[in-house]
Amino acid sequence: MSALVLENLDIAYGDTKVVHGVNLAIAEGESFALVGESGSGKSTILRAIAGLAPDWSGAIGVMNTPRSHGMDRAVSRQVQMVFQDPYGSLHPRKTIDAALSEPLAIHGISNRGARVEAMLNAVGLDRRFRFRFPHQLSGGQRQRVAIARALMLEPKILLLDEPTSALDVSVQAEILNLLKRLRREQGLTYLLVTHNLPVVSFLCDRLAVMRHGRIVEIADVIALKAGRLAEPYSRELLAATAGQ
Amino acid sequence: MNAPLLAIENLRVSFPAHAGRVDVVKGISFTLGRERLGIVGESGSGKSMTGRSILKLIRKPGRVTADRLAFEGIDILGQSERQMRAIRGARISMVMQDPKFSLNPVMSVGEQIAEALVTHKKLARRDVRQRVLDMLEAVRINDPERVEKLYPHEVSGGMGQRIMIAMMLIPEPELLIADEPTSALDVSVQAQVLDIIDELVRNKGMGLLLISHDLNLVSRYCDRILVMNAGRVVEECAAGQLDRARHPYTQGLLAAMPTIDESRDELPVLDRTRWAGT
Repeated sequence: MSALVLENLDIAYGDTKVVHGVNLAIAEGESFALVGESGSGKSTILRAIAGLAPDWSGAIGVMNTPRSHGMDRAVSRQVQMVFQDPYGSLHPRKTIDAALSEPLAIHGISNRGARVEAMLNAVGLDRRFRFRFPHQLSGGQRQRVAIARALMLEPKILLLDEPTSALDVSVQAEILNLLKRLRREQGLTYLLVTHNLPVVSFLCDRLAVMRHGRIVEIADVIALKAGRLAEPYSRELLAATAGQ
Repeated sequence: MNAPLLAIENLRVSFPAHAGRVDVVKGISFTLGRERLGIVGESGSGKSMTGRSILKLIRKPGRVTADRLAFEGIDILGQSERQMRAIRGARISMVMQDPKFSLNPVMSVGEQIAEALVTHKKLARRDVRQRVLDMLEAVRINDPERVEKLYPHEVSGGMGQRIMIAMMLIPEPELLIADEPTSALDVSVQAQVLDIIDELVRNKGMGLLLISHDLNLVSRYCDRILVMNAGRVVEECAAGQLDRARHPYTQGLLAAMPTIDESRDELPVLDRTRWAGT
């Protein structure tokens, strides 16, 4: 079964069309990466799926149900997003407890206290962090909170927009391990946007290379590891990474 | 000839905190000749503070002390602000991280590069323009006559960073400090920008101090590497021998990076109680 299906998806910001005719099917439990340089439209695809870029045409299917334009509570229960910058994505004047309880309140879910504690535990944060503010946490801890926030509604799909690129390498390793463990434990589907190919090798099963708003190649991660990408542009990206 | 360009002994940088002053750089020493030296470390390791103290760019309440901080025999800490202005840019210059914030948005690219030159040297206007065009060409900008008229918002990040480099190198300094010069750029553009820095530094026989959090990048573009953690240099090695690093912190950093042919199920994590950077 496909968790996410994109058919002929065009996305525009105002008069500028930034994504052109993207077709993609991501299986349930799969971890899929979108790679490419800035401006290639990869984050825009995530934003459209999450409902943050409503100006799209084509079809977006989430767990075999077509997605409407704009905000949709049923979709929010299934799909959540983690953003790049953990310093910007948490409300500075809300405690961790408030940030994690909010989605539960919106969706009328009870037993919030216990759920918040369980989720902090799942992302490897001590319960003493529960009533702290974001500025009292390090970047890695904040990203754990952002992941916890995304998982509060027990979604099936996580959209990860460069989840580790604002972090130090040693913290990146912790967050990557966490994402890998959560996916295994909760059977999650990941759609990850990154420009870091080694992260794709570690975390993903398949990848799509994007350029100028179009998918130029879809490949298995085995092909990436072996350096057997077919398209010239994909090979260029690979060479830029391998050269370092 | 063999006298080092830069000699630093027991450099300390401190800032006031609730309970007295906190040292963010805790007594580091190194020398730099006409070579490429890399400083690697995570956030809070003190690598940028080290770079900034060489140009005396640390403002109050920060405090810099050193037994010796000499550039070509000049005692940097003893220089007045006025004397420093003759060194900054002209003899030591610095490429910052993000071209978006380091270029003047209301001045054309050509004017900004020319300003860097005429501040330190009196030249005829025609010569200045020729030098600017030559410099833009040296940073591999294809159409310098068009680009010199553009404003910073009209150029891409990679081009902006090349313009920064042009600006920093046009007064022909002897030492270039590059603090995370490519971390705001795409992977595909990073290599290009670093290749340009590398080529210019080699051709002009300058010294380069490359500050970065990226071990692989530094090992590729430098001759020698200092690894910093919590204000101290924990390891110094030749760039080619990074894989034989002895210090457990360096080894930990190397192991924590995923590789393109990754097969590990879990990445080893640094023990934060031992290597608390921040």
